[in-house]
Amino acid sequence: MEHFSPISASIGGALIGLSAALLWLGNGRIAGISGIFGQLLPPARTVVWRLVFLASLVGGAFLAAVLFPALGNAPQLATPPAWFTGGAPIWIAASGLLTGLGTKIGNGCTSGHGICGLARLSVRSFTAVAIFFGVAMLVVMVTGIAR
Amino acid sequence: MSKDLNLRYLAVAAVSGLLFGVGLYVSQMVDPMKVLHFLDFTLIPSGKWDPSLAFVMAVGLVVMFVAVRFGKTQSRPLFDVQFHEPEFKKIDRPLVIGAALFGIGWGMSGICPGPAISLIAFWPQYLPIYLLALFAGSYGGSFVIPSGRDKRLAMAQ
Repeated sequence: MEHFSPISASIGGALIGLSAALLWLGNGRIAGISGIFGQLLPPARTVVWRLVFLASLVGGAFLAAVLFPALGNAPQLATPPAWFTGGAPIWIAASGLLTGLGTKIGNGCTSGHGICGLARLSVRSFTAVAIFFGVAMLVVMVTGIAR
Repeated sequence: MSKDLNLRYLAVAAVSGLLFGVGLYVSQMVDPMKVLHFLDFTLIPSGKWDPSLAFVMAVGLVVMFVAVRFGKTQSRPLFDVQFHEPEFKKIDRPLVIGAALFGIGWGMSGICPGPAISLIAFWPQYLPIYLLALFAGSYGGSFVIPSGRDKRLAMAQ
């Protein structure tokens, strides 16, 4: 387990939990990223806090990278598996399209269903988490993208 | 004054977003390869499997669980009149199909929406393509399935 980093993972997880806790107890909102950006269009009154949250999300990642450069290199997108001859842009676009579509019609992603939904003991979220983790693992195994 | 322009309300959104972004970087969940090294169970025999993501989820979940329990003792959040808890409880077809489609997209790249937005801070190659597709998929999805509790309930009948 050469990449395993339980301490930084736990600290990062605690920060994400605190973020979700603050948004819930402060504003009564669920820190689900797909939901926060997915409802930018059509622009409603809630667009202001959504944009503030998303801009801060980018700012937080940027700030942390400046403060703790030793934790990681500049992340790159994964290259498509060797058998795929369509080119990286097509593969990446398909991944983004499916993620956008799936999180919209399934009402949530890793944060909304994963962290917040499970913490609320939502049966819908337990179902969604089991499905998207299971399917993602299967896709990674079948495509061999991580190897 | 509308809560949407209330400074304290927006400050909560800003600090929450900031904590989330710092958390994603510190845990290195912004790195798609790290996520893929968790999702790939075929790496277990060779000892290259990376269980970090499970630690991120578990600790985040515990913190949020405590917050939700505490929230139940409060009649409302600090800066809004109500907790915006999803009222729709039924496991319907869109939930299952949507989660499956998301699983495919996630497995193809190791990117889920939070890291996708956070990656703007690093602007790796092809990220703009991913983000455009993500927004297109999300916006397109709003035509596939009507949002809103009443419409969802009607569809689930």
